[in-house]
Amino acid sequence: MKDKASQPVIEARGLNLVFQTADGPVQALKDVNLTINQGDFVSFIGPSGCGKTTFLRAIAALEHPTSGTLTVNGMPPDEARRRRAYGYVFQAAGLYPWRTIAGNIRLPLEIMGFSRAEQDERTARVLDLVELTGFGKKFPWQLSGGMQQRASIARALAFDADILLMDEPFGALDEIVRDRLNEEVLKLWARTGKTIGFVTHSIPEAVYLSTKIVVMSPRPGRITDVIDSPLPKERPLDIRDSREFIEIAHRVREGLRAGHHDD
Amino acid sequence: MTALWIAIGIWLAAWALNVWLSASPISQTRLGKLLVPLVFGATVLVLWEGLVRGLGIAPVILPAPSAIAAKIAVSLPILWQDFAQTILKGAIPGFLIGAGAAFLVAIAIDRSPFLQRGLLPIGNFVAALPIVGLAPILVMWFGFDWQSKAAVVVVMVFFPMLVNIVAGLQASERMQRDLMATWGASYVQTLIKLRLPAAMPFVFNGLKIASTLALIGAIVAEFFGSPVYGMGFRISTEVGRLGLDMVWAEIAVAALAGSALYGLVALIERWVTFWHPSQRH
Repeated sequence: MKDKASQPVIEARGLNLVFQTADGPVQALKDVNLTINQGDFVSFIGPSGCGKTTFLRAIAALEHPTSGTLTVNGMPPDEARRRRAYGYVFQAAGLYPWRTIAGNIRLPLEIMGFSRAEQDERTARVLDLVELTGFGKKFPWQLSGGMQQRASIARALAFDADILLMDEPFGALDEIVRDRLNEEVLKLWARTGKTIGFVTHSIPEAVYLSTKIVVMSPRPGRITDVIDSPLPKERPLDIRDSREFIEIAHRVREGLRAGHHDD
Repeated sequence: MTALWIAIGIWLAAWALNVWLSASPISQTRLGKLLVPLVFGATVLVLWEGLVRGLGIAPVILPAPSAIAAKIAVSLPILWQDFAQTILKGAIPGFLIGAGAAFLVAIAIDRSPFLQRGLLPIGNFVAALPIVGLAPILVMWFGFDWQSKAAVVVVMVFFPMLVNIVAGLQASERMQRDLMATWGASYVQTLIKLRLPAAMPFVFNGLKIASTLALIGAIVAEFFGSPVYGMGFRISTEVGRLGLDMVWAEIAVAALAGSALYGLVALIERWVTFWHPSQRH
């Protein structure tokens, strides 16, 4: 893992994506250039309609760019998807209600053809990783929203993809749960060394989590600023009161405001 | 007249009993939940008996429940033969074939938008054909025995099942399908692990509707030609001979069979779709 550090994992060059809608074409992404390196924690922040989710979905080959190049691990996103290069965590947990928590985590493993023994072993390990040991036999609707979202993160981690893509995973949760899950995600990132792409519209969340913050603005969706965070890798929650933190948050806010003045 | 007054008296007493039962804590127990409808059903029978006897209603208009029960008791072999012919050979195979065919066509429609535009209207057209027109034709095609009855049932069951399965296959959420895509799941994997389980609440709605349709279809189809047994045959000939007690006996059997079939489907539904909000207790 270490020798691959700061190798580019995701590269976008001159990326454009246009949706054809009933009201005519909508430019969701315009001339996006970005390099994400191995082990980066990258946040995408911006108002709704700025294309942050679209960009993440394009990386996951759930949307297809109109022009420009996008590579994931050096291959086209579709190819990377077939090779199971990433785990994706959506805004809602999206657990299947007819399966238990363990059954849900096992699902991608079943699809990818892991052996029964390995399914059990991996399920137990990721349940432990997100601190849900003992909840494997529960059904999703018997768990709180925060626990469900943790289970969905476990599911994305189960097959050990190098890249974790998270689309506002904690957007629907309250502040306190969110803080705890943020801390857990950071711990997870430190322990696993994965490359993480994280969409959010919370400035503190973006600054607290990321090594790289990508500020985007809408109509058309584009990148207005890329901030490399000088914060240390070890981040207690109270780092949010430090001067560096506040300075970065300020720069993000300025970037967001500048994007708005442009229209 | 005394029979009438006794019946009304029992009815009022049973009414009071049920009011008391449903207010008391007994109604929360399993026994209590069963007791209230049982008392109600028994009361209806008693009232019916009292009305028929007390008002001297002719058996051709409405036989008393006791007369129907007596007729059932002495005609058990005939009733069983009719039941086997109509329900076991006509309705149930037709139900299974119709539902199975609808399932296969629904998958075909799902795979191909072309078929979706072509097959759904044809299914709709067939469903709009009146059964009294269709049944004689199918009897001509498939003969007087149970095969033609099963064919009528297939036609009746097919369309409601098809519509429900097609709707059910669309019932999974976009995010759940996206998840499958991110794991590189194939069409068949997505179908088996996601879309079919998500479709089950719809499928069982269809099955419940179809289970009652199957019974109607199998009985009515016998009006247009059958061997000298079968529930529909018996009803039509006994009406002609004014043997209304036998008609009622057949109706009782049909009602029991219909409830049993529906109950069986509902039971399997509870077991399969335990996760659906409507089934969680």
